[in-house]
Amino acid sequence: MNYLDFEKPLAEIEGKAEELRALARANPAMDISKEAEALDRKSDSLLKDLYKSLTPWQKCQVARHPDRPHTRDYIEGLFAEFTPLAGDRGFADDHAVMGGLARFNDQPVVVIGHEKGHDTKSRIERNFGMARPEGYRKAVRLMDMADRFNLPVITLIDTPGAYPGKGAEERGQAEAIARSTAKCLEIGVPLLSIVVGEGGSGGAVAFATANRIAMLEHSVYSVISPEGCASILWKDAEKMREAAEALRLTAQDLQKLGVIDRIIKEPMGGAQRGRKETVEAVGKAIEAMLAEMAGKKRAEILKDRRQKFLAMGAKGLAA
Amino acid sequence: MNWISNYVRPKINSLFSRREVPENLWTKCPECGTMLFHRELAGNLNVCSSCDHHMAINPRDRFTSLFDGGIFTEVKVPEPPADPLHFRDQKKYPDRLKAAQKASGEREAMLVAEGEIGRTPIVAAAQDFSFMAGSMGLYVGNAILAGAERAVKLKRPFVLFSAAGGARMQEGILSLMQMPRTTVAVQLLKEAGLPYVVVLTHPTTGGVTASYAMLGDVQIAEPNALIGFAGARVIEQTIREKLPEGFQRAEYLLDHGMLDRVTHRKSMREELITILRMLMGLSPAVKGDLPPPGDLAVAADAK
Repeated sequence: MNYLDFEKPLAEIEGKAEELRALARANPAMDISKEAEALDRKSDSLLKDLYKSLTPWQKCQVARHPDRPHTRDYIEGLFAEFTPLAGDRGFADDHAVMGGLARFNDQPVVVIGHEKGHDTKSRIERNFGMARPEGYRKAVRLMDMADRFNLPVITLIDTPGAYPGKGAEERGQAEAIARSTAKCLEIGVPLLSIVVGEGGSGGAVAFATANRIAMLEHSVYSVISPEGCASILWKDAEKMREAAEALRLTAQDLQKLGVIDRIIKEPMGGAQRGRKETVEAVGKAIEAMLAEMAGKKRAEILKDRRQKFLAMGAKGLAA
Repeated sequence: MNWISNYVRPKINSLFSRREVPENLWTKCPECGTMLFHRELAGNLNVCSSCDHHMAINPRDRFTSLFDGGIFTEVKVPEPPADPLHFRDQKKYPDRLKAAQKASGEREAMLVAEGEIGRTPIVAAAQDFSFMAGSMGLYVGNAILAGAERAVKLKRPFVLFSAAGGARMQEGILSLMQMPRTTVAVQLLKEAGLPYVVVLTHPTTGGVTASYAMLGDVQIAEPNALIGFAGARVIEQTIREKLPEGFQRAEYLLDHGMLDRVTHRKSMREELITILRMLMGLSPAVKGDLPPPGDLAVAADAK
């Protein structure tokens, strides 16, 4: 288990319980069950306390937790016959973006998502989930195909942001993002997005301009990272806690602002402590959102999406 | 104290104060350092006469020098909710907004207008980098939508002059949502079969470049304008190497196939007239008897 900095007291208690159990394994005569249970109860209640009221910055940390399920895990757990489709037909295949045909409850769909990787090797290969222009252009291609064959599109959002690189700029990172956002608005099939970790700025919008948007309970979605915002407005990147607070980037605030439609509950202690349950909960949400869009005609679907984004910002937080 | 000090001093003081030179008569070119007299600079559309560096020009001056006779009508922009997030960094967002309004005399970072250029009716929008870095928030979103809707209603082309650091952080996720929202505005023009021409000016970066500013039918930039998605400093920190000379500048983007043209500010009006008239299926512009655009040197004198 990878502990976050605010989980340190928890790490200590769980460490002690583990030590005790190791000791008991070595000396079978010892009876430690009472002490171990007491420690377990203590760590349980501490975990509940910690996760009952996470601060926005703590949520950012949870959203970035390396043990959270990533796009690959959701595809494995929820989709059958996943057939990855690669390339932008112009330059390269971007491994930061997974995409392809798959079946969700037997229904053929197109699934697209940012993939961050799960160990050093795969993280480098996936560029930490930071897409280059080719990733957005691949997505545009897949969305076009979904539109032609009348397949719903499901996108999984989990990116720190689009890749800030020399080649990415030269090959039109901004244009690629703009075209991908535009494509989201142009397809006459249902488009559903789930922010499963980090929704990093334009790199997220390019896939998340959807009919329905859901967020995991402890995921975040923001115009800029708290560190970036802090270094610009506070002139001090260490003020990320204040920036995270001010930016209103939690799923709970985004729902109040009318930006997202539903929040998917995470297991106690975050998605990283119950990967299977989290994947299942996301599956349930996809099912529900697909049902909401079922039977809608192309024109209705297009209008629904357009109206949703035209209304963005009509409503601020209550005074 | 004697009669001299009582009598003479006020006269000398008043003599001096009358001859005091206003500080803002001269501008130093940030590129070549040449001192430029305000009247000449304004007459030259804020382009340095020595090195051709294109300095910022505010939306009102831009429109005065663009429209026939310098005449244009502002398009009304619906007022968005104020400070939707109750945002506060070291300063409160409403205070930053008020300071920007006071310094610029404008309501927000974008001005929308309708009028004629070379007798070609258009709707135009111009972004003001001096107003909170031209950042795109709800107001700019509303402005672009209002401009596009007006253009559709009047069946006119829409010309947009961009200049922004990106989305307005103080409006958080709602500013980010202006990326798809302004994209809808562009699609309204597209569906109506109307041209959308973007003129990218220095600097245009971030979420603005990654939405409406890169979706034009024709993409023109002013010389040496910085245009990109990520900031150069962030890129250098990420890739740990020095960026090439001219990186993210208009000419560099032109070379990399990201723009149609790089056009000098003084030729921009003629070029827009030519392009728009062709796209609108109109006859070539009649040269010679056209009302000239507004003269900024005259306007500078009036000030």
